Amino acid sequence: MSATNLLHIQHLSKIFHSAKGDVKALHNIQLDIREGEFVTVIGPSGCGKSTLLKIIAGLDVDYNGTVSLGGRTVEGPGIDKGFIFQEPRLFPWLTVERNIAADLSLRKPEVRKKVDELIELVRLKGFEKSYPRELSGGMAQRVAIARALLRNPKVLLLDEPFGALDAFTRAHMQEVLLDIWERNRTTMIFVTHDIDEAVFLANRIIVLKPRPGAIQNVIRVDLTFPRKKSSTAFQQLRYKVLGEFDKIEELELVGGAGI
Amino acid sequence: MSAPTTALTNRGTRKTTIVLLGSLIPVSLLVGWQVLGDLGYISTLLFPTPLTIAEAFGKLIESGELMEHLQISVTRAGLGFLLGGGLGLQLGVLVGLFRQTERALDPSVQMLRMIPHLAVAPLFILWFGIGEESKVLLIAKGAFFPLYINTFLGIRNVDNKLFEVARVLQFSRFKQVIRLALPASMPNILLGLRLSLAVSWLGLVVAELMASTSGIGYLMSDARQFNKTAVVFVGIIVFAAVGKLIDSFVKLLEHRLIKWRDSYKG
Repeated sequence: MSATNLLHIQHLSKIFHSAKGDVKALHNIQLDIREGEFVTVIGPSGCGKSTLLKIIAGLDVDYNGTVSLGGRTVEGPGIDKGFIFQEPRLFPWLTVERNIAADLSLRKPEVRKKVDELIELVRLKGFEKSYPRELSGGMAQRVAIARALLRNPKVLLLDEPFGALDAFTRAHMQEVLLDIWERNRTTMIFVTHDIDEAVFLANRIIVLKPRPGAIQNVIRVDLTFPRKKSSTAFQQLRYKVLGEFDKIEELELVGGAGI
Repeated sequence: MSAPTTALTNRGTRKTTIVLLGSLIPVSLLVGWQVLGDLGYISTLLFPTPLTIAEAFGKLIESGELMEHLQISVTRAGLGFLLGGGLGLQLGVLVGLFRQTERALDPSVQMLRMIPHLAVAPLFILWFGIGEESKVLLIAKGAFFPLYINTFLGIRNVDNKLFEVARVLQFSRFKQVIRLALPASMPNILLGLRLSLAVSWLGLVVAELMASTSGIGYLMSDARQFNKTAVVFVGIIVFAAVGKLIDSFVKLLEHRLIKWRDSYKG
């Protein structure tokens, strides 16, 4: 694994300004992510994990520090940074295939070919002409993933993409996503608050702690794919992440008592 | 074998029943009107009987007068609508998309909106003469506002989350308009279209009554002066029928263009 460094984050801090005063959302984040890596980011609510993802995506450019992708500073959103929101955010007036193409024309043979391949990849064959209102939550989210992948992103940023799905659909979606990752080797940064999900998907788990958001620990996951959630090794890693959560809680209590 | 046939016949009779029920009131009204008029209970000068109206209708069609006037009227309303509605749509998009344009244009537009047709009609005649220009412009003035306001509102109602998606997918400014802003605000734009077309058609009366020698409005005002009440009724019927036709056309358009909507259908 001598893959090159893709994402480089140095001294990243972010402050939210509001009428009630300033809130420090992220503090001195240092993070490097290699090409082809699957990284999950986990932490309690308010730890700034979504903020971090939005900054990497270029959707939020009001921060201190440096964020560079492939050696170039991130200056705004773009197709090289695919973004999957918690909701699918499809265009309701377009069919599945047109949603995936979005601003590109399906009449171009190369677009047509790739869209067909992606529909196959996200397992939506037969639903090309369906409208978003006819899809289930999991299907709609798969359309959103295909839409991002059509643009050949350097990195796919996923902001709790399966958070609104039921447990069975969620497990299925995790497998679909791993399948895509194994085939395309697209670098994935996946934000979640579900420990099982974080362990199941990742090469590396970034645990964030809140107030201000900072990296608590980074846990390597060396389990081979496909992973079994009931295996001992899986459970041990799960406990390790839980242990980090306990530490965060203790810190919070101490911090609270100190005031 | 006979079961489906009976079902079909049943459906046929049910349809006939529905039509019969629906026409019960209008038909009895017409018959009553005719009988009362013939017996002299109501003034045939104020309420010419249905048969007299039908007769006047037939005569106007035969002489080609009706078609001629109708054609002129439709052309006026159409031109006025295209001019005013087209401008309303374009400005609505501009004002909807850019806050700066809104600040610069909207206050003035809202002021102009409150000026009644009848107040500017004499001015338009002074400026543009009694020819076609003043009429078309008066109709255009009416057609402008519904499309302007509804397009503006439609664009402002587009989910900001979709604009965020467009940024992530790097839509060009142009694609943001034609692939996002316009389709997303289509329900509002079509409502504006419907209202604009109606206003154009209604504005026609004002335009043709003020100073005109042709058109359905003229036909009616001319007939009124010579106490040909039946012709006035023919004009009213033509106005209503064409208006309904235009409305049905927009409804058809609505059905085709916004079938993607998952909304309550009553």
